[in-house]
Amino acid sequence: MLRQVEGSQAVAEAVALCRPQVICAYPITPQTHIVEGLGEMVKDGRLAGCEFINVESEFAALSVAIGSSAAGVRSYTATASQGILYMAEAVYNASGLGLPIVMTIGNRAIGAPINIWNDHSDSMALRDAGWIQLYAETNQEAADLHIQAFRLAEELSCPVMVCVDGFILTHAYERVDIPSQDEVDAYLPPFEPVQVLDVSDPVSMGAMVGPEAFFEVRYLQHHKQERALDRIPELAAEFAARFGRESGGLLRTYRCEDAETIVVALGSVNGTIKEAVDEMRARGQRVGSVALVSFRPFPLAAMRAALGGARRVVVLEKCLAVGIGGIVSDGVRKSLSGIALAGHTVIAGLGGRAITKASLVSLLERAARDELQLLNFLDLRQDVIERELGRERASRRSGPTAENILRDLGATAAGASPS
Amino acid sequence: MSVQEVKFYQTGTFTVGNRLLAENERAVQANMRRTNSLNSGHRACQGCGEALGARYAIDAAMHATGDRVVAVNATGCLEVFSTPYPETSWQIPWIHSLFGNAAAVASGVAAAMRAKGRKDVRVIAQGGDGGTTDIGFGCLSGMFERNDDVLYICYDNEAYMNTGVQRSSATPPAARTATTMAVGDEPGNRFGTGKNVPLIAMAHRIPYVATASVANLRDLEDKVRRAIAIEGARYIHIHVPCPLGWGSAPSDTIKVARMAVESGLFPVFEAEDGVVTSRYKLRRPVPVEEYLKLQRRFAHLFGKNPDTATLARIQAMADQNIGFFEL
Repeated sequence: MLRQVEGSQAVAEAVALCRPQVICAYPITPQTHIVEGLGEMVKDGRLAGCEFINVESEFAALSVAIGSSAAGVRSYTATASQGILYMAEAVYNASGLGLPIVMTIGNRAIGAPINIWNDHSDSMALRDAGWIQLYAETNQEAADLHIQAFRLAEELSCPVMVCVDGFILTHAYERVDIPSQDEVDAYLPPFEPVQVLDVSDPVSMGAMVGPEAFFEVRYLQHHKQERALDRIPELAAEFAARFGRESGGLLRTYRCEDAETIVVALGSVNGTIKEAVDEMRARGQRVGSVALVSFRPFPLAAMRAALGGARRVVVLEKCLAVGIGGIVSDGVRKSLSGIALAGHTVIAGLGGRAITKASLVSLLERAARDELQLLNFLDLRQDVIERELGRERASRRSGPTAENILRDLGATAAGASPS
Repeated sequence: MSVQEVKFYQTGTFTVGNRLLAENERAVQANMRRTNSLNSGHRACQGCGEALGARYAIDAAMHATGDRVVAVNATGCLEVFSTPYPETSWQIPWIHSLFGNAAAVASGVAAAMRAKGRKDVRVIAQGGDGGTTDIGFGCLSGMFERNDDVLYICYDNEAYMNTGVQRSSATPPAARTATTMAVGDEPGNRFGTGKNVPLIAMAHRIPYVATASVANLRDLEDKVRRAIAIEGARYIHIHVPCPLGWGSAPSDTIKVARMAVESGLFPVFEAEDGVVTSRYKLRRPVPVEEYLKLQRRFAHLFGKNPDTATLARIQAMADQNIGFFEL
C-alpha cells in the first residue's frame, strides 16, 4: 500500500512483515526511529510472537542477536556509527559463526570529531567482516532490501547489513509502497536454520579452531559471498516479479549506453547523481552512472560489464580511507583489470556535507575536460584548511583542530551546514 | 533433595559420605547415570578446579531439568580446554561467542526459547572471573537489570589463567600474578581494589544469588538445583582453585578450596531478592595462613621473615567477612 512515511518507519514496517522473533535495540542516532517503530509494534501486538529487548550497549545488541539466531529464531537489530564500532568484535563473530542476522545501518560518520550526520565510514569500517552489505538508494529500496536480506541471509546462513543513509533516508518522508503480509510471506519462507542449539540434538558451536582448519572455515565465508553474487540478482528478479518494482540486485546502471564518463556511487546520492547525469546529457555530454547496491560481495564482473566501454570512471565515495583515499575505488579498479581507462576517486559528503547537483555537474565537467586528479575532494574548503595549517606552523600548542575550525567559521556544531 | 539436615561428619573432614544417605538423596555426581555434561578427555590441567566446578554445576542442572540445558560459554580456560576443534567435551547444546558477551548471548538464547514457547529449556551462561567481573561485566549487569531468564555461573579462579595468570578484578590482595609481581615494597596485588560481584548482583535485586565452592559438592549441587528452577536472572559464583596459577599441588585443589571457605576469605552464602538468606557457618575458622601457605602465589608472605603485617591485613579481611556475612 502506498503511504507517505518516514524512511525509518518504512524500514520498521518492512522488518515487521518479515516476522522477526527477536529484536534487540540500543539507541543511536540516526537509526533509533527504526527500533522505536518496531518496539511499538511488538508492544501493541501488531508484531506478535516477537521478543523486543532493550539492551545496555551495541555490543550486547548484536550479542543477544547472536544468541537468539543460534537458538534458531529470526533475529534483527540496527545500529550506526560508533555503535557498529562498539560491536565490531561481535560483527565478526556473527559471520564467523554463520548466523543469518539482518542488521540495518543508519549510515553516519565516525568521530572524533563527533558528528551525527551521514557518510559511509561506519559500514565501510566493517566491510571485510564477512557480512553481505547492501546499500539503499531510496526509502522504497531500503524497505524492500530488508525483505530480500532476510531471505538471502537465511539461504546462505550469512549475516546481512542493509545500509541506509542516515537522515537523508532514515528521516525523510517519502511515498513508500509497504507490501502486504501475504506478499511477504509468499516471498520469505520461515527460517530453517542449518545449525541450532537444540536440547534434543546437542551441538557445540564456536569451538577453538587452529591452523589445521581455520583457513578453510574463513574461505567458506568467502565462498558464501561468491554464491551471493548469483543469488542477489535472482532474488531481486523474483522480488520484481512478485512485488512489481525493481529493488536491489548487484548494481544498477543509468544512461550508461555510449557513456564516456561513468560515475559510480553507493546509496542515496545516486538520486542527485542521476539529476546531474540528466543535465549533462541535455548538454550533449555522454555521461552515465552506476548505483552499486551490493558492496559485499563486490560484483567485479557486473561492474566490468557496466564500465568497460567508458573512457573514464569517477568513483564518488562517502568515506575517506585516511592515508590512501578511496575504498570503493579499489574494487572498481580491480574490476577493470586489463582495461585502460582513466579512474578518479572523489571523496564527498563526509560528516553530512551536502552533495549538491551543482557541485556534481561541475565535477563532471572537469572530468570531461580530464582535469580530475587520481584523488579529489568535493567541496573541501581549502581556505579553512590553510588557516588551520598556518596556526599549526605558528604555534606548537595550536589547540584542538575541530574547535579551532568551528571558531573560524563562527559556527556551532549543531548549526553547521557550511554553504 | 535439599542439603541434608542431619550432619554426619567424618573424622578430620567436613564432608558427608553418600553411603549415609538414601540413594535418591545422594549427590548427582555419585549417580552412575550422571550426564558428564563436561565429559572426560578435555585438556584442563591436573587438579583444575574449574573443570570440576563446571561438571558439578552442569550435571546438577541437567539432572534438575531432565536434560534440558543450553550453555553459553565466555572465552577462557573452560572454553579452550573443552573444545579444541573438532573435539568437544560438551554433551549439551553449547555455544561460545566472545570473551565479554556470554551473558548477552544467553539473554538471546533465552529470548529465542520464549519466542519458541520452550520455557522448559533452561539457559546457563558461564565464564571465568575475567569474563565475568571484568570484560563481561557490562553484559552481565544488563542481563541482571533486565531480569532475563538466565543462570550465570562464574568459575572464579582469581586471575586470567588462560592467558598466563594475569591479574583480574577478582585477584586477592598480595597475590602474585604475571602482572602483579612479587617485587617491590608492596609485592603482589594491591590492597583495596577489586570487586565483589555476588554483592553487586544482589544490588540488582535479582531473585537468586549464591556463592559456592568445589570443596562442598552437595551445597554446590543444591544451589544449582534451586537456581535452575527460578525464573529470572540468577547468579552463582563458584570458587575454583587453579593449581597452575595459584602454585598449589593439583592433589590439593579441594583442600585449598576448603581452606578458602573455612578461613572466611571466601564466604559461602545465598541471597534472594537482594537479601542474604543463608550462609555456611564456620564451625572453627582456620587462620588465613593455613589457606595462603598452600599456594606459591603467596610465598613471598612466608619464609624466613614472614610478612606479618600483610598476613594480618588478610586475616582482617577474613574477619570482616565473618562479621559481615555472619559466618
